[in-house]
Amino acid sequence: MTAGPWKMESQRSYFGKALIALGRRNPNVVVVGADTTESIKTIDFGKSFPDRFFQLGIAEPNMISVAAGLAAAGKIAFAATYSVFGSAHTYNVIRQNVAYTNLNVKIFCSHAGLTVGPDGATHQMNEDIALMRGIPRMTVLVPADGPETAKCVDAAAAMKGPIYCRFSRTNVPTITSPDDDFAIGRARVIRDGSDVTLIGCGLMVARCLEAADSLKRAGIKARVINLSTVKPLDTATIDRAARETGGIVTAEEHTVVHGIGAAIASAIAANHPVPVAMVGVQDVFGESGEADELLRKYGLTAEKIVDGAHDVMKRRGQGR
Amino acid sequence: MVDISEELIATLKKKAVTLRKHIIRMTHNAQSGHPGGSMSAADIVTALYFHVLRVDPKNPTWPDRDRFVLSKGHACPVWYAALAERGFFPVEELLTFRKLNSRLQGHPELGTTPGVENAAGAEGQGLSFSVGLALAARMDHKPWRVYCILGDGEQDVGQTWEAAMASSKYGLDNLTAFIDRNGIQQEGRTEDIMPLEPLAEKWEAFNWHVLTIDGHDFRQILAAIEEAHRTKGRPTAVISRTVKGKGVSFMENKIKYHGAATSDDELKLALAELEAQEAAI
Ligand SMILES: Cc1ncc(C[n+]2csc(CCOP(=O)(O)OP(=O)(O)O)c2C)c(N)n1
Ligand SMILES: [Mg+2]
Repeated sequence: MTAGPWKMESQRSYFGKALIALGRRNPNVVVVGADTTESIKTIDFGKSFPDRFFQLGIAEPNMISVAAGLAAAGKIAFAATYSVFGSAHTYNVIRQNVAYTNLNVKIFCSHAGLTVGPDGATHQMNEDIALMRGIPRMTVLVPADGPETAKCVDAAAAMKGPIYCRFSRTNVPTITSPDDDFAIGRARVIRDGSDVTLIGCGLMVARCLEAADSLKRAGIKARVINLSTVKPLDTATIDRAARETGGIVTAEEHTVVHGIGAAIASAIAANHPVPVAMVGVQDVFGESGEADELLRKYGLTAEKIVDGAHDVMKRRGQGR
Repeated sequence: MVDISEELIATLKKKAVTLRKHIIRMTHNAQSGHPGGSMSAADIVTALYFHVLRVDPKNPTWPDRDRFVLSKGHACPVWYAALAERGFFPVEELLTFRKLNSRLQGHPELGTTPGVENAAGAEGQGLSFSVGLALAARMDHKPWRVYCILGDGEQDVGQTWEAAMASSKYGLDNLTAFIDRNGIQQEGRTEDIMPLEPLAEKWEAFNWHVLTIDGHDFRQILAAIEEAHRTKGRPTAVISRTVKGKGVSFMENKIKYHGAATSDDELKLALAELEAQEAAI
């Protein structure tokens, strides 16, 4: 796969449509919302299936527990809102009522990361992957684009147990195709290479592809992996990349503290240690600005991924 | 009015004493746990498990069972005792409470203990969970009902009121909430820690049907449940005036026994008192 030109599309639109299609196929699917349903596009499910849709107001802890109760009675309950409210604001409710209970609650959150933009740091959730992957029994998904977001909806409904899935408010490049196979727990090698591996999630996967193109111009063959499941981590694919390419750069629209970089580093440290560079938010809060401006200011760019690749290759060469 | 026989009342009273004895023994054996709030809720739990709830101990996950949700999860000794006495698991297992490898965790775990319907421990989530259950029953046109017990200290938790609003929004008349109004929370009297009164008016303002009863009087408990069943279009809150530590004189109304087990000497005294009560029924 090469980089672009890509269509820019809304993950929320794919999410909303996938939910309706799922609702049509499966009468057991219910949706709860918290006064963000228009923005996150679950309102359309509500219009199609009014008696399977519950608007619970600005009361996210209640929303999550209600979803758990619905699931305990046999429903597949989708709870959707902005990621700051659907993770941090409700953390212990998710922990006790969703994960400890191992219920069929599927938390789908938009507005993850810096690209929320002008709303600023209060709304830019850069710590949700860290929070959610720390909870036992939780599955954590980060779809790269619209079509993959739709696949996450279907896969989440088919899987037993709790799921947290986060995606962006901003339109993102569509890099996958509806025909690509997708499975929870599997990292997908979307470009082969033997010199270094770039592993990204969410909108950073496209930037990994751009970085791979520019590395190629310098004669470096980069493997690119789309890590759409953060937990459970596909350690087989990651270990193979570590063994075969000898260096890894991770890229996430999330803090590097306990994000995918940390998850990958600890996995390969246990199996096949190689140098790692982490591109992501460096343990700081964001600020107001446009999505692209923020990605640039906070170093979430293809250039930084390229720098990371040179860095790991240099460190690898130095040996001990 | 509900027709309640003397015989039924006597049976329930005896059962409640049995549950209280279990609570004392379990928490003594564990040398931890929360006897006070377990004892205050014992009569409500007895009325539910031994007269009201349609549950099947042989098939704990029977889809059409009534649901009992203990929001104040620290009071699980009373729940475990009722489940064991009702036949969900052997009574002998009660003494494994809070021990390593036990099915009877320090706070309720869903899926581990037969008959347990929710996970609780962090206060304030159970009523919301009950709302989800009640919505599902309604959606599926099922007659089963949801009964939730909350603590009065638990009224401090914001989520309780989020759930109260959602319940009345959806007119959940298949949901009944018992508020165990024992007047004590962990560190003191509710009115000192965070004043709740006027509590009935609060629930009324949230559009609930509200009853205030003596939570140790089986006639009043059963009548309240009957009235909740008859009430259409609104959930019912039963503010149940209770005594924390009820049944053992030196534990009654004592803040200490919220989260303290009895000593060996106290155990003997407590059991003797409860046995005397049993004999007097
Ligand atoms: C969210 C939360 N904060 C703190 C605690 C610690 N805690 C356990 S029980 C309790 C007091 C409970 O009082 P109440 O609800 O009145 O229970 P009861 O008197 O019926 O035992 C507290 C503060 C908790 N379990 N959950
Ligand atoms: Mg109390």
